[in-house]
Amino acid sequence: MIRENFNVSTVVPPQLRNKQGYQNFQIGQFRFERDEYFAQILYPGNRHIVPIETFLRALARDVAWGFFYGTVSFDAIFGTINRYGTVEMFIGLHNAAYRSAHKEYVETFASKDLRRVFDSMLADWTNQEFDPFAAPGETGTPYGRKHGDNLKAVDRERSAAKRMVGLPGDLKIRAGSDGLEVNRSFADVPQDQPELHPEPGFEDQVRAVNLFAHMSRSDTTWNPSVVSVVQDSLLCATTEEYVLPIIHGNDRVEWLVQLSDEIIWDIEDKITGMPACKLVMKAGDVAALPADIRHRGYAPKRSMVLVWENNDGTLPHRHAVGELTPYPVVF
Amino acid sequence: MRDARKGHCVETVFGSLWKYTKGGVQSISVNPKHYAFSNVFEVVSQSKPYERVAVGKNLKYVLEAVRSEGESPWYAADHDEAALIMDGEVEVHLIQPDKPAVPLGKEGAVKLAGEPKGKKMGWMKIRRGHLALLPKGAAYQFRGAAPGVVLLQSMQGDCTVEKWAQICQLR
Repeated sequence: MIRENFNVSTVVPPQLRNKQGYQNFQIGQFRFERDEYFAQILYPGNRHIVPIETFLRALARDVAWGFFYGTVSFDAIFGTINRYGTVEMFIGLHNAAYRSAHKEYVETFASKDLRRVFDSMLADWTNQEFDPFAAPGETGTPYGRKHGDNLKAVDRERSAAKRMVGLPGDLKIRAGSDGLEVNRSFADVPQDQPELHPEPGFEDQVRAVNLFAHMSRSDTTWNPSVVSVVQDSLLCATTEEYVLPIIHGNDRVEWLVQLSDEIIWDIEDKITGMPACKLVMKAGDVAALPADIRHRGYAPKRSMVLVWENNDGTLPHRHAVGELTPYPVVF
Repeated sequence: MRDARKGHCVETVFGSLWKYTKGGVQSISVNPKHYAFSNVFEVVSQSKPYERVAVGKNLKYVLEAVRSEGESPWYAADHDEAALIMDGEVEVHLIQPDKPAVPLGKEGAVKLAGEPKGKKMGWMKIRRGHLALLPKGAAYQFRGAAPGVVLLQSMQGDCTVEKWAQICQLR
């Protein structure tokens, strides 16, 4: 295996635009180029090509989520691993064929340095009519020569409640007055409000919101946002349509609660990618995703999901050293 | 409901206590028990009123499925909890106890002996899809005229019921 470590990341400023009008980017020995249809990832000795829509949808999430929990694979070959302060960027590290042929390649970067490169790449490579967070049926295409940009779409941060969505001073509930209309696929979701009867002085504590209505107004897909917090227990609401743009290999156990409709998940071994099972999740279903798998979801119709995370920062290490089983319950 | 832009009918499928379809683990090479797969409506259909059955567990944190029917005991916790209504309608009544109802640092909800003395904070009526805060230190009681389903975000405690082998897919 080739593994390069950089205590100080080498970031090369973007060069002049290529003939399609896009900037090239380089960090360490990785070089990124895009043309009308593809992102090309050049690394010592070879290159890897990813369709540009696939690449931008994955890149947008990796950026918005701050490299997320664990591994974010853009496809079966390329991805990032969050080490919380540093990030490993890899080719073939979680691919059995690359590993057996010793063709994997990894470099480690300071998170802030890779984030800066990814931010710039996403901003430059996203054309004006394409929103990488939108369902394919709700946005234009990313193809062609450079034409405009869509900074409003790509600058989204992962929204997170500190205590609960809708509390005073906390994450704001989505509303039509903010330009967030009910999504076409949730036109039948009730928009009624809870009845609140606080006594004087308890207005900030007797609180409830219509979470389903809030979710029905999401203008993104596959983009969990924290809506309720109990210490390190984070309930993250997300609406899903089409395909999860990344293959997520978590570094801890996470749980899914299917609130509406149906999602089919492909589950694979986290390291080898060997198929492990399919999870068919229907409304009301709850399932754990063990810490030793990776997963990708398919949502035929826009649906509502709660992703339940444990934000305890010690968990990746405790799983890595075998202190914790990959499974949340034994029975 | 018809989506005017696309001209097709929209039906968002939510489950209910009386009508739900369960998915499952289709194993290729794994033990389905590792996925602790259950369905909250199925769990609650087999639960006693206000039995707090863990359907999710992440070390000390839990998600509990609860059948809301009639009046619940009074509960309190030394941390926030949250209640998401998955089916039906329920009232949540809140009291600020005159003295702490739960020991400092105690994890999970504690069932109180009865209605605590204290100041009434108010009440809420919440329905499917509504998410309510159960504030740290407050005593709360659910009141449901008809059976409903509540998903609680909490910590594992004295009231948490674990019966994984009864609720999860085994094979």
